[in-house]
Amino acid sequence: MSILIALAGNQNCGKTTLFNQLTGANQHVGNFPGVTVEHKEGKIRGEKDMSVVDLPGIYSLSPYTPEEIVSRDFIIQQNPDAILNIVDATNLQRNLYLTLQLIELGKPMVIALNMMDEVRSSGISIDIKKLSEEIGVPVVPISAAKNQGVEELVEELRRVVRARQLPARTDFCEGEVHKALHAAKHLIEDHAAAAGYPARFAASKLIEGDEPLEAVLELDESDKDILQHIIDQMEEGTGTDREAALADMRYQFIEQLYDACVSQKSMTREMQRSVKADRILTHKIWAIPIFIGIMALIFYLTFGPLGGSLSGAFEDAISFATDAASNALSDAGVSLWMHSFLIDGVFTGVGTVLSFLPVIVILFFFLSILEDSGYMARVAFVMDSSLRKIGLSGRSFVPMLIGFGCSVPAIMSARTLASERDRKLTILITPFMSCGAKVPIYALFTAAFFAQNQALVMISLYLLGIVIAVLTGLLFKKTLFKGNPVPFVLELPAYRLPSLKSVLLHMWEKAKDFLVRAFTIIFLASIVIWFLQSFDFQFNFVTDNSQSILAGIGKAIAPVFAPLGFGSWQASTALITGLTAKETVISTLSVLTGGEQMLGTLFTPLTAYSFLAFVLLYMPCVAAVATTKREIGGKNALLTILYQTLAAWVVAFIIFQVGSLILGG
Amino acid sequence: MHTLDTLKPGESGVIGTVGGQGALRRRLLEMGLTPGTSVMVQKMAPSGDPIEIHIRGYQLTLRKEDAAEIEILSGDAAEQAARRRSRHRFRKGGGQA
Repeated sequence: MSILIALAGNQNCGKTTLFNQLTGANQHVGNFPGVTVEHKEGKIRGEKDMSVVDLPGIYSLSPYTPEEIVSRDFIIQQNPDAILNIVDATNLQRNLYLTLQLIELGKPMVIALNMMDEVRSSGISIDIKKLSEEIGVPVVPISAAKNQGVEELVEELRRVVRARQLPARTDFCEGEVHKALHAAKHLIEDHAAAAGYPARFAASKLIEGDEPLEAVLELDESDKDILQHIIDQMEEGTGTDREAALADMRYQFIEQLYDACVSQKSMTREMQRSVKADRILTHKIWAIPIFIGIMALIFYLTFGPLGGSLSGAFEDAISFATDAASNALSDAGVSLWMHSFLIDGVFTGVGTVLSFLPVIVILFFFLSILEDSGYMARVAFVMDSSLRKIGLSGRSFVPMLIGFGCSVPAIMSARTLASERDRKLTILITPFMSCGAKVPIYALFTAAFFAQNQALVMISLYLLGIVIAVLTGLLFKKTLFKGNPVPFVLELPAYRLPSLKSVLLHMWEKAKDFLVRAFTIIFLASIVIWFLQSFDFQFNFVTDNSQSILAGIGKAIAPVFAPLGFGSWQASTALITGLTAKETVISTLSVLTGGEQMLGTLFTPLTAYSFLAFVLLYMPCVAAVATTKREIGGKNALLTILYQTLAAWVVAFIIFQVGSLILGG
Repeated sequence: MHTLDTLKPGESGVIGTVGGQGALRRRLLEMGLTPGTSVMVQKMAPSGDPIEIHIRGYQLTLRKEDAAEIEILSGDAAEQAARRRSRHRFRKGGGQA
């Protein structure tokens, strides 16, 4: 018989660290059915029959966030053999709030009391035995980061599962709330059983106010009336409303428990140290310069020497392999088109995919350090007010900033955002940041057309992207993304040294994620572009690009761009090939016009600027599109690229038309 | 009414009622901002908003507009609220009904 354990706990309580300790690298990522929230699953090391599912970090089992909903649905529908609730011993009160709700689910359960090393070294002692007795669930003290107590924890889990040991108590209160809970429990017992919910859990959720659950239980009108009456009586008796009454009930029990079990009510050394560190890191004046400094350093390392040499080595390896293959194919005497297919199509496609890897790996190495150390929460705290104006919260700042390097990791990093709404909006506007691949295009055009003001024009393009991103935020804040933003109520966890293991695992996960999910789309797109470039409409292999299908398509869509000032078929063809990677715009233009110095025959300074604005804003490369699809789904990805391309057209139109008026008049 | 957003860094108080509605209010309660709890304002973000508070032994940040929904009691009312909380002492052996 195989045993399934559900790992649940707050954010920042060391849940991922414990999961990594339990499973090693033996884990895989999956999505919960129907939602974009993902979970990780793995076999426990040395225990072939035990697997554990890492549920999202949550503070409660309310029906307000997808993370909370999937967590409770998972426990109720997948019926795990036990719940492993990880609790941060340095932040006991708030962590136990979730514990009390998990207990109501009526499953065998074990509490892993994490960070005990920090508690002990700070001279605080927790009476584990008493804690366990009072709460009615076995408690195992551990330190996930130091891998202490994890074996005992697994043993305890096995024992609890074997004995099917349920929590010893589900009642944590007396008086009015207690009365109401009991009355509600009796009232809805049959409905709860029919819907597969534990009656006690259903009762407290109904009293607290939980519309989705109320709908599932299918109460009839008279039951609803009685329930309302129960709630009214409780509210009258406690002098407060239903939500506050239950929260208060749980916290009252927790406070008593805390007083009885914890020797010394002071902060841990780590927390005191964090408060001191924050005197500088979130300082009124220094906070923002320090943050910019840290990001600049990460950027420098990722796109500068470290990433640059890694990318260079990658490119060398790819071109070496390509050359070797090319020679081998020539020696073998394969046909010209087959040679082109393998070299220009397959090898180029693979090369494109791989070229993103160094950046992703290095960037996520640093980002997970920032995340795991607790600094990311401070970034959100410091940057929140500036992003709130465009309907986002402080957390969105990091993806947007990474967007200046590369949209692919930027879009991937949006996954840590608290709400789906924030994720979608951030992913929509992130590609408006001038990514690294656009820079060569800017450089070439500004050198050719704005030799006097090259830097100024470049800066104006960066600013244009930011302005359009801000305008997009303002536009959608009040319309499309109106909805309910997830409240910005964020914990600032104590600073901790990230574990290398967690950081490396995270890095590996992101790289794998990108390779597995993006490979097909990017690869196929490269092959399609190769095909369109290499064949004419009679499907004859052509060496002259101007005869290709792609050129034909370019000619067909060129009129669309005429009002923007660049209606030539060469320009529109370059925009299509730019989808494989933006910098390809240059090579295509130079091939089609017979050299970069011939750009002057296609563009004037005004149309060149309009073209650059379009290149900046229109849909990102297929790698970014594939990542967008992965993060927010196909339909949303399609809407996103349609909006981006439309925005690009409108902006370029305004630039060209207004520019013509001014210059012409 | 005195509210949490009006406290200056270093000042503390006792929470009275928690206003607001929906997900925000529920989240505030869940994070431990329940009536009778003492809270201290630690600092403000560089732009003065959001604020950082110390509650139940940990640090939490929330926006000023949301903090304005939280009533802060002072003087007698605060003492009363705090006393109400400690009314039910923990019984040895725990567990009722």
